[in-house]
Amino acid sequence: MPVSAANSQVVFDALKGCGVRLMSALPETWLVHLIRLADVDPEVTLVRLAKEEEGVGISAGAHLAGVKSAMLMQNHGLLASVNGIVSCAQLYRIPLLMVISHRGGFGERDPWQTEGGAVTEEILRTLRIPFTCLERPEHVARRVTDALTLAYASNKPAALLLCRELMWED
Amino acid sequence: MLRADALRAVYDRLDAAAVVTIMGAVAAELQAIGHRPNFFYLQHGMGLASSMGLGIALTRPEIPVVVLDGDGSVLMNLGGLTTLARYRPRNLLHVIFDNESLLSVGGFPTATATGTDLAGIASAAGVPRTATVRSVEDFVRAFDTARAAHDLTTLVAKVEATGPARFVTDLGLLENRFAFARRLKEMQGESV
Repeated sequence: MPVSAANSQVVFDALKGCGVRLMSALPETWLVHLIRLADVDPEVTLVRLAKEEEGVGISAGAHLAGVKSAMLMQNHGLLASVNGIVSCAQLYRIPLLMVISHRGGFGERDPWQTEGGAVTEEILRTLRIPFTCLERPEHVARRVTDALTLAYASNKPAALLLCRELMWED
Repeated sequence: MLRADALRAVYDRLDAAAVVTIMGAVAAELQAIGHRPNFFYLQHGMGLASSMGLGIALTRPEIPVVVLDGDGSVLMNLGGLTTLARYRPRNLLHVIFDNESLLSVGGFPTATATGTDLAGIASAAGVPRTATVRSVEDFVRAFDTARAAHDLTTLVAKVEATGPARFVTDLGLLENRFAFARRLKEMQGESV
């Protein structure tokens, strides 16, 4: 499976370096290494979900309890979480950090991913959630830090899109 | 059993806990008894009160957490019961007030009105302790037993489908949210 283990490590280290201590996740191909890293790190609590929207509530609870967290999910997980994002995280001003694998863009070979990829960025814009793409390992740490900084300054969600260039080695 | 009577019966026991409630009648009735800064009312985000409770319970294991849920909300996040069971936070008491209806939006029946057993679902999901109670006395007894057991418990309280006339209170959502976070921080300090 040509998911980049090295770049997954870069993303994980950046999240941990920002103080993220709880990660909720639902497995998807591009996230396999990230989830394993979270699972084996004794300083990080991994919460495996049945459906992504639960992660909004878990992160909201963790935040109110004073712990930084992140959601690891596919863009279809974002779609499945929209109500929770609006009626929990946005309504209650939660600095929800979402790390989203951006499937279905240029280079996508799985036909079933192609619809989600086409709407992901527009959904984020419609929700007024600031986002940036993670494409190259050298800018990952800076962008992860900046996303979390903005989320906390604004008390609002922020999103990082994991892009093919970063996650997939052909 | 009236939900308001059940809430009143355990009100004094909620003092040292982080309490997360759902929207609607539960939030309004608990506030009518008396709001405290350690109470958070999730006034939307249906289904996520138990997930919020899990987030608090996992990150602050030294604080007892009580979630005051409802049948309609739990039915919107049944998968969340499997996540609760998987992580089994021993400091979490998950109360479900089951009035077999979506009371605040017209009283339409939920699936518990036609036989769905939420304690059975929680048990089958792997929640180690579950119970269903139908009187205030049994509710208080089960509540105390659950707290003494120090293990994840889902307690289903069958209640009548009646509630307050109004659901909006004068407590602002963000006022509640920021004061609750501050209170949790203090509780953290007290336990250290």
